[in-house]
Amino acid sequence: MDNESIKERVQALVPEAQLEENKQFITFVIPAEKMHDLALSLKYNEDLAFDYLFCLTGVDTVKHLVVVYHLASTKHGHSLVLKAQTTDRENPAFDTICDIWKSGEFYEREVFDMFGIRFNNHPDLRRIFLDENWKGFPFRKDYVDEVNIVEL
Amino acid sequence: MKEVIHTPVPYIEEEEYHINMGPQHPSTHGVLRLVVTLQGEIVKKLKPHCGYIHRGIEKMCEKDTYPQIIHLTDRMDYLSAHINNHAVCLLVENALQVEVPERVKYIRTIIDELTRIQSHQLWWACYGMDLGGLTCFFYGLRDREKILDIFEQSFGSRLLHSYYAPGGLMMDIHPDFQKNVKAFIKYFRKKIKDYDRILTGNVIMQERTRGIGILTRDNAISYAVTGPSGRASGFSCDVRKHYPYACYDKVDFKEILYTEGDTLHRYFARMEEMRESMKIIEQLIDNIPAGDYSAKMKAVLKLPAGEYYQRVETARGELGVYCISDGNKTPFRMKFRSPNFSNLGVLDSISRDTKIADLVAIGASLDFVIPDIDR
Repeated sequence: MDNESIKERVQALVPEAQLEENKQFITFVIPAEKMHDLALSLKYNEDLAFDYLFCLTGVDTVKHLVVVYHLASTKHGHSLVLKAQTTDRENPAFDTICDIWKSGEFYEREVFDMFGIRFNNHPDLRRIFLDENWKGFPFRKDYVDEVNIVEL
Repeated sequence: MKEVIHTPVPYIEEEEYHINMGPQHPSTHGVLRLVVTLQGEIVKKLKPHCGYIHRGIEKMCEKDTYPQIIHLTDRMDYLSAHINNHAVCLLVENALQVEVPERVKYIRTIIDELTRIQSHQLWWACYGMDLGGLTCFFYGLRDREKILDIFEQSFGSRLLHSYYAPGGLMMDIHPDFQKNVKAFIKYFRKKIKDYDRILTGNVIMQERTRGIGILTRDNAISYAVTGPSGRASGFSCDVRKHYPYACYDKVDFKEILYTEGDTLHRYFARMEEMRESMKIIEQLIDNIPAGDYSAKMKAVLKLPAGEYYQRVETARGELGVYCISDGNKTPFRMKFRSPNFSNLGVLDSISRDTKIADLVAIGASLDFVIPDIDR
């Protein structure tokens, strides 16, 4: 499937999806609440078959908290990047995708640990690297910690 | 006569209990703690606890310039130090659209493959040791020394080299580099037969590892298990084949694929990879073109604003570097998609219902490097 038809398919599945231009991969910004349904269609449609989630990460753009999904298809060889974002910094929550791609389970725990983004229906959402009673989320841009972070 | 009533003693204990493997257990190869739920000696569940050496490398990167970041990547998967450096160098070069000299591409490919061989040698050494064959450990380390000597001669350090720089290399290779590499290949072609005699053909090892820890292809893709572990399950994920960089599109090599996906075939995959790596080096070592060892680069590197993703094949799988730049000399966000972190996720599902002794073998066959998990 070529890039144009992937774009058309994603836009047909989620009409609100915004295409980002001049990117290495096809990149869409989609509403957070549509992610889980879209993920199901992306994985289980024969001609899309995005079965390989190779990178999932959070980004704090100061304005938004973003979760970036890097997807690829091992069958067709095409790739796609999806971004789900929220402006809620107090209680950000997304739907988990680890029921669709198992690798998401650890990735989402890392994002929760570092960005404080909660994933609904995640089977085991705990901090993965930091201590259970660590305060704050270090990868956020407004995180201040004089004690533990060494400035170079 | 009094009737004797036999009450059968249950062979498997009904009660479950937890046991901590690590953080200082020798078979976890570092500070990884596995909380294993056991029933008798059967593993029912397993929870990895990571973070004992979490350094926040991704956060540190946000304060560092790109040449500085290279030195941090050494410290992730220290056995693939060169390949990690390569990922950041390629990311910067592609973003700035710098064409590196042919000489650099050749040298980088040779050194990447030497790195892969020495990493697999150490893996082989530890794998043998974990299964109870201490001889392997000495043999593996003995041969790894030869590569480390070559590294030391050219770049002055043995483990954390930071030899690659954006645009090329820190310095040129030693005049004896080609001679020594060829001597090593000749030496190791002989020695790898010893490896086979000691361990590969060993009936005890084969029976101990065949059919345990089976990872299916679908699960390998779903858990994003890459590298030799993924390829032993039939998941074709070799970045060198699918997204060639440096000289990999010029050389002839095979992507090692098996379909069984058990511990034994993960072993075979790595053994065959060492042979393929030697084949790659042999094709390049006599043809290193003359020229500069670095392209001309600006003193301060600023990537144009945007997003970049670069992947390379380390000894353990696909390392991805995801970088968001806002046009400054430091990245806005840097993410390392490390192969070991993804591979760790699958440990629970493939070690269920095996014996606890098999867990050690499965862990050895997945070849974890803990600093790469924690970053």
